[in-house]
Amino acid sequence: MKINDVILKTVVKGVVFIILTLGVYLFFSGHNAPGGGFIGGLVLGSGIVLLYLTYDIETIHRKMPFDFKKVAAFGVLLATGTAIGSLYFDAPFLTQTDGYFTLPILGEKHLSTVTIFEAGVALTVVGTLVTIILSISEDE
Amino acid sequence: MTIDLAIILAPFIMATCIAIFYRNIKRNWVGWIVLFIPIILFLTLTTYIPRVANGHTFSNTYEWIPSLNINFTTYLDGLSLMFSLLITGVGSLVILYSIFYLSQKEALHHFYCYLLLFMGAMLGVVLSDHLMVLYVFWELTSVSSFLLIAFWHHRKASRAGARKSMTITVSGGVSMLVGFLMLYVMSGTFSIREIIANISMISEQSLFIPALILVLLGAFTKSAQFPFHIWLPDAMEAPTPVSAYLHSATMVKAGIYLVARFTPIFGGEIIWFWTVTGVGLITLFWGSFNAIRQVDLKAILAFSTVSQLGLIMSLLGLGSVAVHLGYSDKTVLYTQASFAALFHLMNHSTFKGALFMMVGIVDHELGTRDIRRLGGLMSFMPFTFTIALIGSFSMAGLPPFNGFLSKEMFFAAVLKITELDIFSLQSVGVIIPIVAWVASIFTFVYCLIIVGKTFFGKLKPDLLEKQPHEAPVGMLIPPFILISLVVLIFFFPNILGKYILQPAMGSIYPTFPSVKELTPSIYAWHGFNPELYMTIGVVIVGVILYRFLPRWKRIYLLIPQRFTLNAIYESTIGFSENFSRLVTRRYMNENLTHYFIYIYVFFVAVVAGYFLFTEGITFNTTIDAKIEGFELILVFIMVVAAISILFAKSRITTVILNGVLGYSVAFFFVIFRAPDLALTQLVVESVTTALFLICFKFLPDLKPEPSTRGVKISNGVISILVGATVTIVGLAVMNYEKFDTISSYFEDSYNLAGGKNIVNTILGDFRAFDTMLEVVVLFIAGLGVYTLIKLKAKKEGTDIENK
Repeated sequence: MKINDVILKTVVKGVVFIILTLGVYLFFSGHNAPGGGFIGGLVLGSGIVLLYLTYDIETIHRKMPFDFKKVAAFGVLLATGTAIGSLYFDAPFLTQTDGYFTLPILGEKHLSTVTIFEAGVALTVVGTLVTIILSISEDE
Repeated sequence: MTIDLAIILAPFIMATCIAIFYRNIKRNWVGWIVLFIPIILFLTLTTYIPRVANGHTFSNTYEWIPSLNINFTTYLDGLSLMFSLLITGVGSLVILYSIFYLSQKEALHHFYCYLLLFMGAMLGVVLSDHLMVLYVFWELTSVSSFLLIAFWHHRKASRAGARKSMTITVSGGVSMLVGFLMLYVMSGTFSIREIIANISMISEQSLFIPALILVLLGAFTKSAQFPFHIWLPDAMEAPTPVSAYLHSATMVKAGIYLVARFTPIFGGEIIWFWTVTGVGLITLFWGSFNAIRQVDLKAILAFSTVSQLGLIMSLLGLGSVAVHLGYSDKTVLYTQASFAALFHLMNHSTFKGALFMMVGIVDHELGTRDIRRLGGLMSFMPFTFTIALIGSFSMAGLPPFNGFLSKEMFFAAVLKITELDIFSLQSVGVIIPIVAWVASIFTFVYCLIIVGKTFFGKLKPDLLEKQPHEAPVGMLIPPFILISLVVLIFFFPNILGKYILQPAMGSIYPTFPSVKELTPSIYAWHGFNPELYMTIGVVIVGVILYRFLPRWKRIYLLIPQRFTLNAIYESTIGFSENFSRLVTRRYMNENLTHYFIYIYVFFVAVVAGYFLFTEGITFNTTIDAKIEGFELILVFIMVVAAISILFAKSRITTVILNGVLGYSVAFFFVIFRAPDLALTQLVVESVTTALFLICFKFLPDLKPEPSTRGVKISNGVISILVGATVTIVGLAVMNYEKFDTISSYFEDSYNLAGGKNIVNTILGDFRAFDTMLEVVVLFIAGLGVYTLIKLKAKKEGTDIENK
């Protein structure tokens, strides 16, 4: 089914960038300000769903050839992987750590292993959201 | 030393490797690679023989769940070593045989994976000292047996047989678990050795007899003892190597192992003596009696296995008298029954394994195992005939084969026991040798049937699918190794007795000072005594019965079909299936409204009930914030939207009104300064609205459901109750003081979790376990939706399952 809606397409082209940027921003700001893996993932996922709704599935799939099931699976692996990872440092399951590091160009930054865990959450949310909506809408 | 742990783990590791890498292995190599494991394990275990024979035992403990007192304790003594050698030795031969038996087109990786799984589990059973670990491995053998019986799962009979064996052995296993827990309650330890050491402490307790019966139930179901034997003939649907391995040589002997292992604990009880001996003898008789009427060679062997297991079981029962009597010069004689049990167990594995392989060869080369279609194969299959002859005659108890020795010892033991005057043996004890003798006659008859109907008589070429010819060498080597053992053990029985059986006897009678006394010398010729006369009688009567078989076979028709054990089993299973379906249908009526009612009624009952009974509801309006005007406006909008939903005519309207509710909640979050929640609520609301809209194209128009006034009223009442509960809980929660406040964690979140946003520190650190599992659940839900939609069963697919 091809949708030919010029206004929607033009608006979405711009808006999607804003939504995706917002999603990434929310993801990173989550540590000390509102945001985080779940909400970031949701915003990213809804941006992708908006793309699918506006253009058709084939077009988007050509430009963005991800299998979202695998994205979700990778997310789960990342989240559980960081949980298990702490065992290798002789710390209890799911222990997170953080610290301040001086990076080139960026200067001193606060880095935390929670970010990896949250990245897992975000990827799972994006993958699952898109998988569910695509499966239902593709059903004959 | 961790070699004992490696012995248990090696098959599991190999199974994992096969499961992962089978695509990279050439199909005809899989079996050869797998073969390494049992051979290496067998060779490793043989190095222990001299040390164990000198009375050493090996034990190691690995912490597993120390907080629950569950540790992985391996224990290698005489009994474990004997079983381990059997498992790995027969395992090697069976795997070698299966390489030639199974076609390259079969799912070989599944087969060997399950087989290794079984091998590891079985080694785990015999090498564990910890009751819980033993139980886990015990059930794992049932599971792998289930998988192997159902290996040809496209056949209905295979699936039915697998289910039956699983149902019976697992129910026995669960009762055994309860017995183990009772033992733990009584003794305070899960270690078998410690329980044996403290036996005087527990044998007086009231739970002792129930524990005994429950443990025996586990052993009897596993070892196919009457009346639980019905699963074993059905398990013959498995490929023949599996039948030879699991259902004659190893798994069914786990029950024997358990009885032998627990003899020091329970052996002194009269109920143990009579149950084990009695059930064993009934099984011995019933199995041999039923074997005669079978027409399938494998079914004959199945019933014969049942009967031989009964023989071993009854011998262990007879041997337990020695535990009751305690150690003295005279009582040592009674331990010979247990010795005969172990000896016959080894012998049975050799000749029965060979016989199963023989049947497999016949089936493989001729395409049938029905004795009505077989006959006259002697000249076509001379090697197979040799295997059948030696195996059967050993089973029948004829010299010069090992079965003769153990059968004579069996007769000696049943005669000996009648001399005792305990356990009311003086009056009823005389039945024991009679039953044993009659069962041996039947055993002799079916052994003649196996050889006679298959290899003698006339060839029936028109009933056979293939031209008879001899099997490939690879299939003949394993049974030939076994039958050479059959003959070798006859000539050199005392080597086996000294190195394998003697230390195993030490495990059954740990309180007896000298194991040397427990090992009699085995002689093939022991003069003209009652045992020999019994054997001669068996041969004479057996031959006569075989000659006139067609005349007396009609007695099998006397048992009405309705009262066979199988019919009772089927009707019990059928009844419970129907009953549970009826009960489930009463509440699972596929009506979504009803399901919601269950959920809400449960919610109100639990939550409101809790607050009512604990008197946790206290209202204190003074600490509540002041209500602003725009908050009232929002509430008004929500109330209007909620009530309008009830009168909506189309699904779109419902969803949009529902969206209004959701967005208003998000506004509330903004007002109350919870930006995280507001953001999440907004996005979730948008996505769910989009999801609803996508789904609606598949749904019919919204139609008012016809419902009576009473239903409407009760639904209304439930709705109001739910709303009231939520409101009251929300208001009362401010004053609830039953738990300690946890806000100190959140106030200190930066130091504790390195983040200033407490919502995220909760999600990513304080309650990260929840988050992780939620992520997994979300993923599973997504996959569920995907598979439900994408992998729908095609309606036109024909049902080839139930051929």
